[in-house]
Amino acid sequence: MAQIGSFALLLALALGVYSFLAGLVALIGQDQGYERLGETARRAGIVTFAAVLLAAVVLVAAAFHDDFSIAYIFHHSNRDLSAPYKFAVLWSGQEGSLLFWSLLLAAYGFVLRLRNKTDPRLFAYASVVLAGVQVFFLLLVNFAANPFGLLQGSIPADGSGLNPLLQYPEMVIHPPMLYLGYVGFTVPFAFALGALIMKYPGEKWIHITRRWTMVTWGFLTCGIFLGAHWAYSVLGWGGYWGWDPVENASLMPWLTGTAFLHSVMMQEKRGMLKVWNMWLVFATFWLAILGTFLTRSGIISSVHAFAQSSIGGWFAWFLGISFAVFLFFFLKNKSHLRGEHKLESLISRESSFLFNNLLFVLLCFTVLWGTWFPKISELVQGNQVTVGGPFYNRVAIPVALLLLLLTALGPLLAWRKTSFESLKRNFFWPAVGAVAVAIFLVITPQSWGSVFGLKPWKDISYFYSLMAVGLCTLVTFTVASEFYRGGRVIAKHTGQGMFASMVQLTHRNTRRYGGYIVHFGVVVVIIGFAGAAFNQDKEQEMGYGDKMTIGSYTLICRSYTDEENPNYSSQWAILDVYKGGKQIDTLTPERRFYHASQQTSTMPYIRSTLNEDLYLVYEGLNQDNGHPILKAHLNPLVMWIWMGVWIILAGTILALVPNAPAPVRVAAPKLVETAAPVGAGD
Amino acid sequence: MTNPKATIRRALHCILLLAAVFAFLGAGDPAARFGEIGHRMMCICSCKEILLECNHVGCPDSDGMRNELMAAVSRGDSDSLVEQSFVQKYGPTVLAAPTTTGFNRTAWIMPFAALILGFGLVVRVVRSWKNRPAPALADGLRPIRGAELAQFRDQARKETEL
Repeated sequence: MAQIGSFALLLALALGVYSFLAGLVALIGQDQGYERLGETARRAGIVTFAAVLLAAVVLVAAAFHDDFSIAYIFHHSNRDLSAPYKFAVLWSGQEGSLLFWSLLLAAYGFVLRLRNKTDPRLFAYASVVLAGVQVFFLLLVNFAANPFGLLQGSIPADGSGLNPLLQYPEMVIHPPMLYLGYVGFTVPFAFALGALIMKYPGEKWIHITRRWTMVTWGFLTCGIFLGAHWAYSVLGWGGYWGWDPVENASLMPWLTGTAFLHSVMMQEKRGMLKVWNMWLVFATFWLAILGTFLTRSGIISSVHAFAQSSIGGWFAWFLGISFAVFLFFFLKNKSHLRGEHKLESLISRESSFLFNNLLFVLLCFTVLWGTWFPKISELVQGNQVTVGGPFYNRVAIPVALLLLLLTALGPLLAWRKTSFESLKRNFFWPAVGAVAVAIFLVITPQSWGSVFGLKPWKDISYFYSLMAVGLCTLVTFTVASEFYRGGRVIAKHTGQGMFASMVQLTHRNTRRYGGYIVHFGVVVVIIGFAGAAFNQDKEQEMGYGDKMTIGSYTLICRSYTDEENPNYSSQWAILDVYKGGKQIDTLTPERRFYHASQQTSTMPYIRSTLNEDLYLVYEGLNQDNGHPILKAHLNPLVMWIWMGVWIILAGTILALVPNAPAPVRVAAPKLVETAAPVGAGD
Repeated sequence: MTNPKATIRRALHCILLLAAVFAFLGAGDPAARFGEIGHRMMCICSCKEILLECNHVGCPDSDGMRNELMAAVSRGDSDSLVEQSFVQKYGPTVLAAPTTTGFNRTAWIMPFAALILGFGLVVRVVRSWKNRPAPALADGLRPIRGAELAQFRDQARKETEL
């Protein structure tokens, strides 16, 4: 099997190199009739996908056949591993995940090359850029991190098993989503660089790029939040985001990608920000690769230690070369990117996008700076420092709140110029609503729930939470007012009900109203984040019948039990949950011991409601006295985060749907009084 | 009639004042200090978790560190004294965020410096765009300004409201 896989990878490399070089020659000599050569390059790119797919299928088949002669399968699988995780072996380790990266890149290239009729010349340039990136990853999997490397010595009877933390259903979908996001940013970059090299006339390339970016952004968003949900459900520390370098690596391209999705509108509608957009597309691609460099090189210490290796040098070279290539063509052709219009007023949609981009890029810089600062500190002062949650919370939260304010203001501003009066008129009632909600949260009694009776003067985190909820209300009202005002106009013209009118309004401009739905999703997510200021936790030894009280819940330990299965043995705590003196649930947090890897992991039990999550971790036995220890967390509003993500994804999908054509108004024909009767079948 | 610029300036002053008031608020309650300082420190057991969030049963470090912290808070040691004693014992990586002294100060300054720089750049870009000459019109066309322009804009807005 290993030979088939290795051959497929070598074949893919040869095809990739051909696709790149032949495509390049065809573009250079396009005036000399090299079209057929270009066509062979395109077809080689298509077949590259088939070759990489074959390699990936072979690796998965090797996992299912327990072929431990392949070192990668030995290190990441074992006989009793269940089928979904054997499939997930493909992206569970360094070599496999790089192969998976190559596969996704080849798949994107496959789609791109099949759709080349849209604009053959632009697609030919993009195809060559994509082939260049593909060659880099194929070089990696062939020569630096080959997943088909054979195990030295005798073949063991069983494998070392998959990392226990990865044996969770979300690990079957989280990495593919994240990688689809990371890899997908290569496509907008390929189009942008292609358009820059060929001095593409017009803005069509930006339309194509925007759609690809939106799809990719959707995948990355999904991947990031699946990762957060996995961390919350598996790691057992009660949180979903730890500002770990690997998490930061996924956030950085997301931030610049989000900035691009906003600023691209300036280029489409007003022919402005062309240089900026070009750099944003490049930065997003570059940061995705930088993220991979961070997670793979081991240069920065991270809890994701399973992904460290010595391939950092390859990535460093690739980052340097891609930057040099982009800079060269930018300097050569930047005159082509001159803006077409002037800005008429500071109070306009254009300037709101400028400040929005400033804040997104600043957030990205903060994350990048914080991620690298331990290394910089080591170089400058000889010792590392930790840059963890407290740093990011203090620096990033105020910026994020400003961004939220702009999210509320932006839709109310018109292109070109907005009068102060108009802004006041549109902003007044949403602002009143937001202030009213904030006051309501302050004056209500705390007994109503975790986020009520909020006293912002007691702690800065309460103040931030109050601000966040207030601004979220403001955004919600402005989004609602946009739907309402548009719906009212349609209702007036068509006589339809308000809801039907708003649906029709959304169909007519899916991008705009899909975007508003995304904004609303973000609001819901941020309300979920705001709940973190009120988290509580409690740790206690709990014997049979012992009680623990947290918030309004009382937990009583009923018993402990254990269970064996071929892959792991598990211990369960069984606890009855009471609220207001009435039993409402029975929770069973679990602790597992995996036989193959000889590692332990916790499986928290989470009782999730709209108001709060009761999160229980069975931490094991006290080593001194043998008593079981349980830790309970009460995390308000966490469910809102996951609900918000669904709304964001729904909005993104809606924004990708083509607009419904606006109805054509035709003057009503005059009635013909003497018309002949129409018979059936006419 | 109110001057819009003065209103904006006044609103900005209020926001700055509020931000300053809340930024200097801290939890003075001794009972909350343990939780607050504990969340500013890392467990040193290589789990890379905040001290009070380390959930390893049998962790060789976190229990001892928590006890030390509790003792220091009960003694009434100041926050900086507690942090200094932890840094001396466990090294600078025990703090979850860089200090505000020496080179570490740059960690805090850089994002805000970038914000100010970026803000300045945006303002400059906006000004240069505002001062950019309008594209030349073809022969026979005349620029539309003032009330006529406002009327056309209003008409365009009404017709493209959807």
